[in-house]
Parts: sequence; structure tokens; C-alpha cells
Amino acid sequence: MKPKNKRLSLIVATMTALAASVALILVAFEDNVVFFYSPSDLLKKRPGPTQKLRIGGLVKKDSIKREPGVTEVSFEVTDLNNSVPVVFNGILPDLFREEQGVVAEGRYREQLFYATQILAKHDEQYMPPEVAESLKKSGKWKGPVELEK
Amino acid sequence: MHKFANPTRFFKACDVVYPWIILLSLSALCLGLYFSLVQSPVDYQQGDTVRIMYVHVPAAWMSMMCYLIMALSCGSSLIWKHAIAFSIARSTAPIGATFTFLALVTGSLWGKPMWGTWWVWDARLTSVLILFFLYIGFITLYHSFDDRSRGAKAASILALVGAINLPIIKFSVDWWNTLHQPASVVKLSGPAIHTSMLTPLFVMAFAYICFYFWILIIRLKAASNLTKIRAFEARQINIETELD
Repeated sequence: MKPKNKRLSLIVATMTALAASVALILVAFEDNVVFFYSPSDLLKKRPGPTQKLRIGGLVKKDSIKREPGVTEVSFEVTDLNNSVPVVFNGILPDLFREEQGVVAEGRYREQLFYATQILAKHDEQYMPPEVAESLKKSGKWKGPVELEK
Repeated sequence: MHKFANPTRFFKACDVVYPWIILLSLSALCLGLYFSLVQSPVDYQQGDTVRIMYVHVPAAWMSMMCYLIMALSCGSSLIWKHAIAFSIARSTAPIGATFTFLALVTGSLWGKPMWGTWWVWDARLTSVLILFFLYIGFITLYHSFDDRSRGAKAASILALVGAINLPIIKFSVDWWNTLHQPASVVKLSGPAIHTSMLTPLFVMAFAYICFYFWILIIRLKAASNLTKIRAFEARQINIETELD
């Protein structure tokens, strides 16, 4: 074999082995790489009452409740299969809306998720307001694309 | 392609392209900025904040494209020992690092108003931060050897190993739950961005690409001139020592 072909095959072989090992590592550490669990994951995992974790999903329609005079807000996070009730006392991000993506950090105890931080997660669709309006009118609105799968 | 491995021919081609690339870069940038900041519509969810996309997304694309160019050049410098290959990688590294930095900063500025946080350790953000460190590592490693060719070899190997990060960055949003939304443009089902926003985005991306080649040509010529000066100085010293 010519030296340059030897170098080529050496590099290709090393890169393949390296890619395979990185893939294995990432699969093994999947639990640490995910940023949040879905409500279904949470119900399956049953975390301890002191364990800090994040859940993500959509804010369930008509679930946002605010008492007058206090900053506490409660709502439900849903993945369209299961939903988890969340309470939070603090500042909500601008994009916090019903049927929009949300990530809550906090602790889960006695069927209630006590959030210490709320982040908004938006989807990958971008369009002018008029287009969104007309899509909704014509019934072609796709809504929460990611979670319907 | 191999005939451009000849430095004389390569730099001749660069000289021809150079004025045009400046013209293209500047005109695309003016046009793109006008379209993205003035002409394009607001987003139905994000309002005017969506305009950060036009500087953030092309910077993020460039951060990955520069790394790909760098890794491929390093590979070809290791395998075929092309004269210009490593020079391209070395000249690309700081440009790529700057684009990555720009993507991280604009992303952070976009994250605060929309997500409600400057930074989270999700898979996308973390893998892009690693990309930034890879660029810095490449530059540092090359300079930490007295023998330039050994530095080039070590840095090339690092660049190739780090290339594994590229698919991780691209698919992080599909493989794991992340705060960052999935891909909007480069995906199988076609772009999820309305044409009125997609056009300015592509014009800006084109401006960024031209800008990269503009700076690359300057840096390549500077590197080549520096090598010539060093060789000349070395000759001078040899002559002086012979005269003594």
C-alpha cells in the first residue's frame, strides 16, 4: 500500500472507531443529556420528593389559574397523553401561553410539581401574524407539531 | 481540485476572486440587513425579537461550515500533504471561532426575552460551546510546539477528532429533549419558516459566506507572506554568520 493510502485508511478507521465509541457513551448517558422529562416520563420515573428535575410539554388549554392579588400561578403541563399539575410563584417568560411549549424546573411531591423556574420553549415555525391567522381560519393550522407524533 | 494544490496557481485564482467576493459580501450584507431589519414581517409569536434570527442563524451555520472546512483541510494535509491545506485550516480557525462566539452571544441575547434565560446546559447549547473550545484548542495546540510541522500535525488530529461534534450539534435537537427548538430550515419536510422571512435569512447567510472567503483570502496571503519573510530572514542570518 502507498503511504498516502495507508494514512487515509488509518484516519478513516480511527474516525469510525471514535464515532462508534462516542455514540455508545451518549446512548449510555442519555438520562443526563436530556434537558427535561415529559409528564409521561415523570410518572414512570417516580422521583423522590427532594430530587430536582425538569419537566417539559405544552401548557394545557384552560388550565392556567391565578388567584387575584397573589403572584402564584398554577397550570398543567401535558404531552397530550399525561399531564402534571404545576404551581409556580415568580416571573413568567413572555412566551408563556396556553398550548405553548414550557419547561419547568423544580420538585415533584404528592402529585404536584413545585416549580422554581419556568422557561418557555417555542417551536420551529416562523411566520407573519397574518399568515398564522389565515392558516387558523382555513383549518390548515398544524398546532403543536412536535408532540403529536 | 488537485491542481489548486499548487500555491502559485492557488493564489492567482484568489487574486481574481478577491474584488468580486468583497463586492458580493458588502452588497449582500446591505441588502440582507435592509430586508431583515426593515422589510421582513414580525413573527406571530415572537414579534420583532425574531429579527435576531437573521444574525444568529447564519452565524451558527458558519460556525459549523468553518469547522467542516477546517477538518477536511486538516484531513487532506495529513493524508496528501497538500501545501495549502493546513494553511487553510489555520486561517479558518479564528474566523470559525468568531462566528461561534457570535452565535453563542446572539443566541443568549435571544434566549433571555423568549425562553426567559440567558443560558441553559441543554444538548444544543452545550455542544456549540464545545465547538468554540475546539477552535480555541486547535489554535492553542498549533502554537504550543516550537516545531511548526509537529504543531500542525497535533492540531490536525485534534480538528479531526472534534469533527465528531458536528453531527452531534446538528442532531442534538432531534435526539434529546432540549430547550432549543428543532431545525427550521435544513430538515427533510422542508423549511418551517415563511418565505418572507426565509429570503432575508438566505441573503444574510450568503453575505456571511462571502465575508468568510474574503477574510480567508486575506489571512492566507498574510500567512504566505509571513513564511516568505521568515525564509528571507533565515537566509540573511546565514549570510551574516558566514561573513563573520
